[in-house]
Amino acid sequence: MILTKAQYDEIAQCLVSVPPTRQSLRKLKQRFPSQSQATLLSIFSQEYQKHIKRTHAKHHTPEAIESYYQRYLNGVGKNGAAPVLLELANEVDYAPSLMARIILERFLQEHGQTPPSKSVINSMLRDPSQIPDGVLANQVYQCIVNDCCYGPLVDCIKHAIGYEHEVLLRGLLLEKNLSFLDEDQLRAKGYDKTPDFILQVPVAVEGHIIHWIESKASFGDECSHHAYLHGQFWSYWNRFGPGLVIYWYGFIQELDCHRERGILLKACFPTDIVTLCHSTA
Amino acid sequence: MAAVLESLLRGEVSVAAAVRWVARSTRSSEDSSAEAAALNSLRPLRKEFVPFLLNFLREQSSRVLPQGPPTPAKTPGASAALPARPGAPVRGGRGARSQLFPTAEPLSTAVEGALARRGGRRRGPGPSRERGGRGLGGPEEGASGESLPWAGARRPRGSGSPGSPRLCDPPNLSNLEEFPPVGTVPPGPARTKPSRRINPTPVSEERSLSKPKTCFTSPPISCVPSYQPSTLDTSPWGLGLPQGCRSLQEEREMLRKERSKQLQQAPTPACPVPESGSSIPSRTGSLTAEPADPARVSFRQRLELVALIYSSCIAENLVPNLFLELYFVIQLLTVRRMVATKDSDFESSQGALDSLETPLFQSIHDCVFFAVQVLEHQFQVLSYLDKGTLKLLAENERLLCFSPALQGRLRVAFEGSVAKVSLMIPPSAQAVSFQPETDNRANFSSDRAFHTFKKQRDVFYEVLREWEDHHEEPSWDFEKGLGNRIRAMMSQLSAACSHSHFVRLFQKQLLQMCQSPGGAGGMVLGEAPDVLNMLGADKLGRLRQLQERLVAPQSSGGPCPPPTFPGCQGFFRDFILSASSFQFNQHLMDSLSLKIRELNSLALPQHEPGDEDGESDVDWQGERRQFAVVLLSLRLLAKFLGFVAFLPYRGPEPPPTRELQDSILALRSQVPPVLDVRTLLQQGLWARRAVLTVPWLVEFLSFADHIVPLLDYYRSVFALLLHLYRSLILSQENEGEMCFLNKLLLLAVLGWLFQIPTVPEDLFFLEEGPVDAFEVDIPASERGLDSVPVVDQQLLYTCCPYIGELRKLLASWVSGSSGRSGGFVRKITPTTTTSLGAQPPKTSQGLQAQLAQAFFHNQPPSLRRTVEFVAERIGSNCVKHVKATLVADLVRQAEVLLQEQLVTRGQEVGDPAQLLEVLCSQLCPHGSQALTQGREFCQRKSPTAVEALLPEETPAAVLSSAENIAVGLATEKACSWLSANITALIRREVKAAMSRMLRSQGPEPAARVERRGCSRACEHHAPLPSHLISEIKDVLSLAVGPRDPEEGVSPEHLEQLLSQLGQSLQCRQFLCPTAEQHLAKCSVELASLLVADQIPILGPPTQHRLERGQARRLLHMLLSLWKEDFQGPVPLQVLLSPRNVGLLADTRPREWDLMLFLLRELVEKDLMGRLEIEACFGSLREAQWPGDFSEELATLFRLFLAEPHLPEPQLRACELVRPNRGTVLAQS
Repeated sequence: MILTKAQYDEIAQCLVSVPPTRQSLRKLKQRFPSQSQATLLSIFSQEYQKHIKRTHAKHHTPEAIESYYQRYLNGVGKNGAAPVLLELANEVDYAPSLMARIILERFLQEHGQTPPSKSVINSMLRDPSQIPDGVLANQVYQCIVNDCCYGPLVDCIKHAIGYEHEVLLRGLLLEKNLSFLDEDQLRAKGYDKTPDFILQVPVAVEGHIIHWIESKASFGDECSHHAYLHGQFWSYWNRFGPGLVIYWYGFIQELDCHRERGILLKACFPTDIVTLCHSTA
Repeated sequence: MAAVLESLLRGEVSVAAAVRWVARSTRSSEDSSAEAAALNSLRPLRKEFVPFLLNFLREQSSRVLPQGPPTPAKTPGASAALPARPGAPVRGGRGARSQLFPTAEPLSTAVEGALARRGGRRRGPGPSRERGGRGLGGPEEGASGESLPWAGARRPRGSGSPGSPRLCDPPNLSNLEEFPPVGTVPPGPARTKPSRRINPTPVSEERSLSKPKTCFTSPPISCVPSYQPSTLDTSPWGLGLPQGCRSLQEEREMLRKERSKQLQQAPTPACPVPESGSSIPSRTGSLTAEPADPARVSFRQRLELVALIYSSCIAENLVPNLFLELYFVIQLLTVRRMVATKDSDFESSQGALDSLETPLFQSIHDCVFFAVQVLEHQFQVLSYLDKGTLKLLAENERLLCFSPALQGRLRVAFEGSVAKVSLMIPPSAQAVSFQPETDNRANFSSDRAFHTFKKQRDVFYEVLREWEDHHEEPSWDFEKGLGNRIRAMMSQLSAACSHSHFVRLFQKQLLQMCQSPGGAGGMVLGEAPDVLNMLGADKLGRLRQLQERLVAPQSSGGPCPPPTFPGCQGFFRDFILSASSFQFNQHLMDSLSLKIRELNSLALPQHEPGDEDGESDVDWQGERRQFAVVLLSLRLLAKFLGFVAFLPYRGPEPPPTRELQDSILALRSQVPPVLDVRTLLQQGLWARRAVLTVPWLVEFLSFADHIVPLLDYYRSVFALLLHLYRSLILSQENEGEMCFLNKLLLLAVLGWLFQIPTVPEDLFFLEEGPVDAFEVDIPASERGLDSVPVVDQQLLYTCCPYIGELRKLLASWVSGSSGRSGGFVRKITPTTTTSLGAQPPKTSQGLQAQLAQAFFHNQPPSLRRTVEFVAERIGSNCVKHVKATLVADLVRQAEVLLQEQLVTRGQEVGDPAQLLEVLCSQLCPHGSQALTQGREFCQRKSPTAVEALLPEETPAAVLSSAENIAVGLATEKACSWLSANITALIRREVKAAMSRMLRSQGPEPAARVERRGCSRACEHHAPLPSHLISEIKDVLSLAVGPRDPEEGVSPEHLEQLLSQLGQSLQCRQFLCPTAEQHLAKCSVELASLLVADQIPILGPPTQHRLERGQARRLLHMLLSLWKEDFQGPVPLQVLLSPRNVGLLADTRPREWDLMLFLLRELVEKDLMGRLEIEACFGSLREAQWPGDFSEELATLFRLFLAEPHLPEPQLRACELVRPNRGTVLAQS
């Protein structure tokens, strides 16, 4: 699951302008049968997010929004049951869930007295049955269940995956008899930055001292790794010393270049943990 | 002066008498009357003698060593007290230059004339600035001197002049800039400012760009000088100048131009060539050494005599820098070549042996003979050098040849020496760890300050890492690269008033990174292990040695390097400079001063190393290490304190006029010292802790600006230091005296200080200083740290890496002469860094405390440390214990009380502040129990801890006393804290608990519902929730489309999915609230799709729909999940939302039986109430539907509502007919 930069680039190359649908995912799996599904999905998702970040602005100009809304209205006017919104999103190369949000927002603007608040929109996206217009509700729901990179369901899946891996890691630490403080305990003590786990007694992995462990249920690509380094890993180092990051879905090999400095990357729970020996002599 | 020397040479005066005369001004009864008479007549010259002697030797050697005097001497001009011109305006007239010439005496008119000529020439504007900087990395006269006078590491350096047409330029020539031959007097109050440089050397333009900025370093002796020795005037006193020097005025001009050029180029960063690059004598090459033969020594007796005088002066600490003289002597020992001189010249002067007119060193044999003579006298000092140096000395063939006896002694010393010195230390840099006690929110005045500091910490380390990555790149510039970021961060800090926090971090990081010599040697985070790991462990040792050799020489620049900030220290210096924040500097000074005071007064071991058993030796090692750590920390802190404190006053040169200087002095004398170093020094001397105090004080003073030594306050400090220096006679080893290595350390650091450019040169030779003004009564009986051998060679060399120059000199001789590549092998002693021990607590006053002190007096120090340590820890733990028990109980009570309030008053609990008051008024009185509990805790815990930590043979009485004292101290500590803080603590904890509870009253209380865990037998093999959501999402997306014709799901898959969902919900190990919420939502959607028969089923094209029975089974499963397994709320009302019911509208033919079935089951399983359903019907009626659908819907409502609330059996019966009804309904 640890990919070289070249391997990673090859995969990323195949993901240019691919809509985030289950069909695309299926094709990707066929193209790279040796890679794990989760890794591929994670890479896909991250690449797609990078793409969306780059193009986000152009879909949010008033002209663009107006044009999308008119196309939507025309579409459902002809056939409310057709996947109008989904096809619009795919056509303009934008995430269906985000397109749904644009149209919903525009719709509420037209039909409501006040501009809709973010929380109202989020709540409607989470539960489209709250959307006052039945056709739009179905269109939105269709976008959400067909989007494999954005939307409340995807967010929840990501959150769940992260949580599950933390639980998994906790179990492994307990199994190895390594005592630790978890994020909640650290927060309660007033730590300003909290890795998933701080080991109460440091261990060594592959000759490197480990004070803390951070679990990342995603693939470590350059972009996300650098963001994590800046926002989290170095901050942990600055406070607790060297530590370990587990990218459960793998990472780009070349990114594991701060080992000597105190940030070790692994794609699984380390097997050769050296603990401090309490000599009984 | 020459008269004195001559009378010595003639034997009129004994050496001992002369030295006594020089050292002590008063006549000794040992002196014969003739001697006294001879010396008395020369009395006014007394203080001129030593500088004269040193200059004489330098001058003599300059005639021998073609490139001039290799070792600088910082001696004042002879003119200051010339009897010929008493009271004459000496300033400007005579300068240092004159001291080179013994004929400065009025006797020699010829010389007088020559001098006058020269002096006149040299009089010029701003002479004092020319008297020489420290060169390389020197703090003051750097190329970047104007803006950043300290930017040592960044200064352009051209060492070794690679592009020079000459094979090897004698660096001292280029050093003209640094040691210009100035006949100058600074505008000081009637004092001369002699030059440190002794011999003028010409400079030529083509070499002007390649000036090795060495300072006080030795030139490569092997180098052929740029001016040929044949051009030297051969007259005995070297009155004639080398031809190259004819026009010194022109040279001055060149220099001045050069200097201004450099100043203009100042900000350009330059390649950080290792400082020592130019300072290591490059003796390799084709030049082989001339053999030295003891049989061919010219004037043995005279050389012996001069050596004796010289050695005596060294022994009496009359020379300003012991190691500089040793360096000079070893240079003489390792002289490679003699400038060819005409023997006949010397032969002609054979008759005047007792006169100084005959050159002292006429051949290499003379030089070596003299050197060996001096070394013999200095054997004691030599024997304390490190093993490597001893080996090189013992292996030196010249030494063997000239004095087999000395060689033998050295060999013995070498064999007995354990003083292996390693300047390499494994890199230990780590970030300062986050400590909740000092770093959490409670320590900040506001959230904003807290979060600002959080960011600052990260910015600080980011900057540090960037520095590590780039500072060695030639094109990188600290200010350019990091300056703006640092200043931005500083301004944020100022806004948030978090300076004290940041300064604490800064100081801790400074200590962590730079305290070890490794930190100073340029080793930074993780650089070394990179290479080391690649090579594997077996080669590690060798590589480390290599690394040490590569790294170690860089740590000093010559025998007397300027104060610098090597390695990581450079980062901190540049950080301070770039930050240029007044607030930061002030906080830093406060913090450094406090820490210095704290460490300086730290109780340190005062007992001799135990020689009976190994056990106490272990203790002793630890104590010695602790001393070293404290000393090194102090030096580092003091260095930075000096740097920051004198930073505003630093200028590249002293004030140009006397008037200006006076006004500055008047101004500065108003400024109180940043740290009362004078008192600390006096206390240190009095308490016999000079060995701890003086080294850091020297670091502090080394950064003083030009004015500082002129201020009364600091003058007295310097006077004290000088007094101390003179008193540290190495040969005196009385009981209770300072230990040899302790003395050596002080001599080395003080000698170094006296060479700092800002320290007035004449200070050292000012004999009758104002020392008497300070009564330094050192109680002779009191034993202090000074008499404990706390200094070892490792520490000596760490503090004074320049002593290692001796070894380098000898090593380069070896490598040059015998072709052996390094005749010594250094053993590596890895040194680990130790953290500062816990501060012993201040004990209370009173009789009990006195008794406790007395108790410890006759016990091993480890006992005291143990007891204090136990007391400190138990006391601290006691507070934590009270917090975890009593306070936690009170918090629980508070929670209960609050809960009651919440229940009785509902959501309107009122003002939280008021509520807190109510709670605290009830709970805080219980805080008084804390003291009882605390006492009890200390009594219970302390004795066991003491017992466990003390050796078993500790006598019972001692043990029980120790335990009692520990209990007392711990209780005192704990109770004094508790009585002062318990109320505040309870209040704080209750407040935190209250805000926790009030917050939890907020949104989504469902997520907080007490959850059932999985059963104990569960092995957590259930499918992961994320996987299930993902799977269900796929089914949903298939159902709502769009989909390919071949896509679909099998009924089995659906069933499996639901059973997995059941497992996951039962296991719960991996289930988080959000996942459960979404699973619930998805399951509801799935149910709606089932009811509407919208799930595409895999199979033959005709059968794309789910069988009724299968659908019911699936719905049953869902109902059971909702009923049994979901713990969070399931949004079942969504089933009856217009959107979900509307799904049925699209199906043809519409079948309502599943819907009816679902509704009934919901009611039957008590998942939804009838009223709830009716409400949903209400909203459904309002929705807009196609006409026929509205009708069908209305029928469904009627059917459902018409059903009576029947008990179960009847309902079942009813169910039997349901399919029919449904069919009817659908068909209608």
